[in-house]
Amino acid sequence: MSDAILTASVPAVRRDIGLKRRYAAERRFRLYGLAAITIGLVFLALLLTSVVRKGYTAFVQTEISLPVTFSEALVDPTNKRAEDPQILAKGKYDKVIREALAAQLGFDAKDLKSGKAADQLISPSARVELRDMVLADPSLVGKTIDVSLLAEGNIDSANKGQIDLSVPEARRKVKDQQLTWMQQLKDAGKLKFAFNTGLFVNGASSRPEAAGLGVAAIGSAVMMLIVLALSLPIGVAASIYLEEFAPKNKFTDLIEVNINNLAAVPSIVYGLLGLSVFVNFLGMPRSAAVVGGLVLTLMTLPTIIIATRASLKAVPPSIRSAALGLGASKMQMIFHHVLPLAMPGVLTGAIIGLAHALGETAPLLLIGMVAFVANYPVTPMDPSTALPVQIYMWANEAERAFVERTSGAIMVLLVFLILMNLGAVLLRRRFERRW
Amino acid sequence: MTSSMLILIVALIGIFAYFAGRIRAAGSNGRTHSRPGYHGAYVALSALIPALALVLVWSIAAPIYINGKVHAALPSDLKSDPAIEALSFNSVVGISRGLETIPASEVAAARSGTKTWNEVLAAGNVPVAGDLRPEIISAAQSMNAMTESSRSTLAAIAVAVSLVGGFLGYRRVSARFRARNLVERVILVGLVLCSSIAILTTIGIVFSMLSEAVRFFAVVPPHQFFFGTVWDPRFAAAGSGGAGGQFGLIPLLAGTLYIAFVAMLFAVPVGLFSAIYMSEYASPKFRALAKPALEVLAGIPTIVYGFFALTAVGPFLRDLSSSLNHLVTGDASNFIQAQSVITAGIVMGIMLIPFVSSLSDDIITQVPRSLRDGSLGLGATRSETIKKVVLPAALPGIVGALLLTASRAVGETMIVVLAAGVAARLQLNPFEPMTTVTVKIVNQLTGDLEFTSPQTLVAFALGITLFAITLMLNIYALYIVRKYREQYE
Repeated sequence: MSDAILTASVPAVRRDIGLKRRYAAERRFRLYGLAAITIGLVFLALLLTSVVRKGYTAFVQTEISLPVTFSEALVDPTNKRAEDPQILAKGKYDKVIREALAAQLGFDAKDLKSGKAADQLISPSARVELRDMVLADPSLVGKTIDVSLLAEGNIDSANKGQIDLSVPEARRKVKDQQLTWMQQLKDAGKLKFAFNTGLFVNGASSRPEAAGLGVAAIGSAVMMLIVLALSLPIGVAASIYLEEFAPKNKFTDLIEVNINNLAAVPSIVYGLLGLSVFVNFLGMPRSAAVVGGLVLTLMTLPTIIIATRASLKAVPPSIRSAALGLGASKMQMIFHHVLPLAMPGVLTGAIIGLAHALGETAPLLLIGMVAFVANYPVTPMDPSTALPVQIYMWANEAERAFVERTSGAIMVLLVFLILMNLGAVLLRRRFERRW
Repeated sequence: MTSSMLILIVALIGIFAYFAGRIRAAGSNGRTHSRPGYHGAYVALSALIPALALVLVWSIAAPIYINGKVHAALPSDLKSDPAIEALSFNSVVGISRGLETIPASEVAAARSGTKTWNEVLAAGNVPVAGDLRPEIISAAQSMNAMTESSRSTLAAIAVAVSLVGGFLGYRRVSARFRARNLVERVILVGLVLCSSIAILTTIGIVFSMLSEAVRFFAVVPPHQFFFGTVWDPRFAAAGSGGAGGQFGLIPLLAGTLYIAFVAMLFAVPVGLFSAIYMSEYASPKFRALAKPALEVLAGIPTIVYGFFALTAVGPFLRDLSSSLNHLVTGDASNFIQAQSVITAGIVMGIMLIPFVSSLSDDIITQVPRSLRDGSLGLGATRSETIKKVVLPAALPGIVGALLLTASRAVGETMIVVLAAGVAARLQLNPFEPMTTVTVKIVNQLTGDLEFTSPQTLVAFALGITLFAITLMLNIYALYIVRKYREQYE
């Protein structure tokens, strides 16, 4: 407005239309857009680096190798192992470890205070490990062999430099005496890092050093198989009907709205559905992989249907007309020509849906998959857990070593997701046709 | 014979029927109407469908019939009280299951009286409550006998039906027989069934949650739930019937909406500006790189965002507030809690950026080129074109996209479970923890459940509320987006 008044009073050859101001506004606007994208990408980078920085240490673990003597007095004091090999399960393996440590570190095994501090160097799971070794091979009794034992979680953290040593000793989880011992073991080459295979094969454990993702990964794999086996055929069949056969009427309109809505229903609602229909009404076992698989199938179906319909729609009418013109029935036209051409798009949608289902946590919490499962499930009806649920459970643990493992587990999950998404992208690049 | 075994046998008959039909059709001289495969499929279907339908109906109906018989056979003094009747029926079922796992020699020993039933059942790891009445044992045995005879009858009839069906189908195979049309009709029915699963899911969601919620409202009156301002469910104490707990929805709803609002406040400007830049300014090369990178944010599982909020954003904000406070007042106490509305809101906002940006990107690119050209031709700068022409034209679609995003923010669970806190409070300070509907659903349903207490059932009332809110948002948003799309097509 002010410009108009100004130009009216001053007779200029060239009207001032505020170009400078407007170009500045243009540049500012452009900058806002760039800033917004940068903010998004910075947060992505922050998130990923925060996870990686916390988690990369989870893939190595401190091990202490010791010459362990399975003395008969501790393992089999009554000397009955010839008749009853199971008696070996009752041996005092904690004492075995303590004696090995005493011999290595040079303190008196009878000294309870040092003994206790030394016990805390080694994970409590080591006893079970030794017991299983002896049970598998009773001839070990009386012999001395070198065994690599897992270090306790706090010792592991201290060895990775994650424990603040400037804190006064009384408020620290790792005592000075233990630090000296660690140094002593390290100098002797007995304490070193090893690749953490336990992270990939073990089940749930209350001890961070012995906890692993193996059981959860199997649970996730079983559920993904169920989701793939059910949602892909059902989703493709549903989309073929809706896209190719369904008459345009109120009912198909309703299905259409329904599917779009189901794709946006919060995932936790599917959990409630699973709990009340599959577990309560149909009496399926709680925390079973089959229930989780069914719930995730229902959740994935809309995604697959939407993707499949889009790729069916993209197949040009000329293909259809040609097939029909050569005498194919409608069903033959679809199954012999349209569907194979649409398949890359269908599979891409399926992989993206599966990736989404793999990372889903909330519905699984409700159907009881948030359970302490230490053993591998044998059938889909057995209690099992899933990768994201394991992450949730570890995230609620207070210990420092669990934070590291949670981040490690997230990295494993993200690698799976990246692989799946890469697969989808490659599939699209390689096979998708533009008509 | 187990039912999986039976299904396997019927399936084998079906496969055999397929090849029989195929060979017969190929062997018939002259040109057949349908290709041999269709004849084979027709014969296989006529062997399979009646038999499998019979198995399905039978396995639903037989247990109902048997249970009715067992109920009727229970001694009359057990039937006087419905609770006792249900209890003794449960023990009959438990024992009948147990009897199947116990070796036959043990059962014979118990029957002849050399061992008591309690000993035998306890040895077979069957839970037995107190003294066992002989009527219960005999009921369990007769139940097992009935189940067994029902199974073998079913197996015999199903195999017979499938053989007869296959034979009749085989007889119809001839050159003039229109096998393809029939087979295609069956396939079409299958397709219709598959697409009705979407409807069934919605019906399942609504009915399952309504039925549980109705049970909840029988204990807690609806007005106390919907208008209550105190959330204090207490624990489900045995025998108390859950009375005494207060189930007020308002604090949870307030927390949900507040956190969603903070998230949108963060995600909408960032997402919208990214979308504008991507669609209007970015070179194709930049777009090809930045758009997928931003969409990676949408592919990251929400539990990862929750962990990020819990271990990075929350502590960062807490320490930041504490050092800010130290700078200004010299007091180093923090005024932002690690678990707070703002922590959850910011992290949820990050998660929502790609939703806003890709949805609005689609809508902005749908605005016809001619509108832009017209505005640019009149001398407007690009930003003026965007602000005065493109955005107003795209506005309805963008509103729809934002509503869809808001519905996602309301239903988000894992971020708030880890980052928002569990204290149900009604307050306005974004630096304090609040809780949401989804957090409470998870809290009330994890751990050991008892499906009769209102403490558990309230989760379904919360769930139906959440479903209703998101349903309204989604349907309205989809309606807008759809209408908008038609406008420019």
